[in-house]
Amino acid sequence: MTTPIIEIKGIGKRYTLAHQNGGYLALRDVLARAIRAPLDLVGRRTDQSARFQAKEEFWALRGVDLSINRGDVVGIIGSNGAGKSTLLKILTGITPPTEGEITLHGRVASLLEVGTGFHPELSGRDNIFLNGAILGMRRREIARKFDEIVDFAGVSRFLDTPVKFYSSGMYVRLAFSVAAHLEPDILLVDEVLAVGDVEFQKKCLGKMEEVTKTGGRTILFVSHNMGAIQELCNRCVMLESGRVIKTGTPAQVIDYYLSRIKRAAKDLVLSEDTSLPVQLTRIRIENQNGDLISEVEMGEDAILVIEYVVRKDIPSLSVGMDLHKDRTSLLYSLDSDLDESLMAATQVPGTYRSRVVLPTSLLKEGHYGVDIVAGDAAGELKLSRGAEITLSFGVVNTRKDLTHKSFRADRKGLLYQPLRWKTEPMS
Amino acid sequence: MDNSVTIRPIKVLSLSDFEELWAFRELLIFFAWRDLKVRYKQTAIGVLWAVFQPLATMLVFTLFFGTLLKVPSDGVPYPIFVYTGLLFWQFFSQGLTDASNALVGNQPIVAKVYFPRLALPISTVLTKLVDFAVAAVILAGMMLYYGYIPHLSGLVVLPALVVITFFASLGGGLFLAAVNVKYRDVRYALPFFTQILMYLTPVIYPASITHRFAWILNLNPMTGVIQAARASLLGNAPIDWGLCTESALISIGMLIFGIVYFKRVERHFADII
Repeated sequence: MTTPIIEIKGIGKRYTLAHQNGGYLALRDVLARAIRAPLDLVGRRTDQSARFQAKEEFWALRGVDLSINRGDVVGIIGSNGAGKSTLLKILTGITPPTEGEITLHGRVASLLEVGTGFHPELSGRDNIFLNGAILGMRRREIARKFDEIVDFAGVSRFLDTPVKFYSSGMYVRLAFSVAAHLEPDILLVDEVLAVGDVEFQKKCLGKMEEVTKTGGRTILFVSHNMGAIQELCNRCVMLESGRVIKTGTPAQVIDYYLSRIKRAAKDLVLSEDTSLPVQLTRIRIENQNGDLISEVEMGEDAILVIEYVVRKDIPSLSVGMDLHKDRTSLLYSLDSDLDESLMAATQVPGTYRSRVVLPTSLLKEGHYGVDIVAGDAAGELKLSRGAEITLSFGVVNTRKDLTHKSFRADRKGLLYQPLRWKTEPMS
Repeated sequence: MDNSVTIRPIKVLSLSDFEELWAFRELLIFFAWRDLKVRYKQTAIGVLWAVFQPLATMLVFTLFFGTLLKVPSDGVPYPIFVYTGLLFWQFFSQGLTDASNALVGNQPIVAKVYFPRLALPISTVLTKLVDFAVAAVILAGMMLYYGYIPHLSGLVVLPALVVITFFASLGGGLFLAAVNVKYRDVRYALPFFTQILMYLTPVIYPASITHRFAWILNLNPMTGVIQAARASLLGNAPIDWGLCTESALISIGMLIFGIVYFKRVERHFADII
């Protein structure tokens, strides 16, 4: 056995989520807090707990141990937020781990996002040099490979055009091409193949394959594209909630991953609290076949099922849901008050189940949540001890080819609605 | 294995940081070159902008302070007196301002690519050095016009003055760039701060009129630099070596402080930028 080229020991990364409305921390706030500090000393107890609540910590990675041998091509899979990108960021040195240690025996280069460091005003030629330098190449090295880079990207005619005039395809091709010609010992690749046309994706896969076979280069490859992982990698690692939960051959791990996604379906069951007049007992999301799911395929609807107990007569009870994305933008809000007969009736004690179509077919890929709320004529009622109950789910795309821009997760816009333009000559 | 790297939660400033910076020296040049190229792209007069600013400021100051208010200038014609001051002052203040925005302005690459972060502020101050060199041509022209011949000692001192200015500007810039990542207040406070600081530096007036307040000006390394520049180029006074040494020490202190602070918080830039 050769010595591993990458040794990861007990790596953890903690992020602190500051609950501020998207703003940056201003010096003003810190000063204000400092001025208030003497007051804090007086009411220490209450204030301290308040401060703890204002900050939420979460571990993007915890206790990750891995060792990777020279020449391995390792696929890293896992659902969104599993910690895949964080791991690559730590390996490149962009961000430090909170705990643990990594030893790397070789030069690392990363392709975390193609075209970072491209300047739109500069020409393709200038950007090749600039981007190469940012990625750690020497000018002489870039000059030597210049023609190869240009050929591979197929942009030779536009070399002296500012890249702001490039089509997105050309842009990505050029960016990938620069990075593909790096000669690191360890290459970290994060989901770059999600962009670019199919033709070019194949070319990139080919290039990566060639590089590993001939150059003995070690590659860590994050992707949602199971096909690519299967084809390229000889090892595979699955992350979930910041931990490594499976390693093995790509076939084994992918199988496990797919079965796990189905099982990971969330079925939120809440403990009984008889003091509440109305209590939510269970919420879940189902697909059209009635299977429990936690990820919805983009373009398909899902069904939200909520079960609740009513413990006393409640006039015009209405349950509702608020659908939001990334815990920030409220996208949609619906109450059962649309139904006049329901509103007029008094809900008598008993257990109930309500179903509603969740309009997920409208949503782009991403993390979503539904808050369940209840109200009556007198005002809002609590459904549980916590004010609201949130069920989170993901919208994923495993089938549609989004090469052509619209609705790609990284593009602007929140909705998926593939409408067609109808264009005809005017005269 | 020859080139092993260990990644740990805490990292201390070490020689390897400077070796790494040296390994990335070409990146410094590329960043500076990019900034210059982009800056003058789509501008009609291009690099002349580097001249326009000190020149226009000099004309306005000459009119108001020199001609109308009759601010003394140690017996030197006011235009060349104030231009010498402005040349160094603008190198310092623009280097400081631009360096403080160097990280925030390059947010995408800081968040996505690893390279020595020091490269960004350093390259920004380097571009100001280029502007300085261009604007210095005007000074040479003015010296010819007014018939000043620099002392030999002056020519020896000048490079040192440029280095002192560079260090002071970079040192302050590194500190502010690091602070700016976390507290965006810097962007708003700095223009105001540099403006005030200019009045606390003998740019538009000679230090000789400050008398017992001179020590306040002397705290600022640019005071020594500007005075020595005038003394060596225009010969209005002997070079104050003591003050020069003090300026040099302060600027080196600023640089060390800037680097240490920057390196201390550097690793978290990508998380909070």
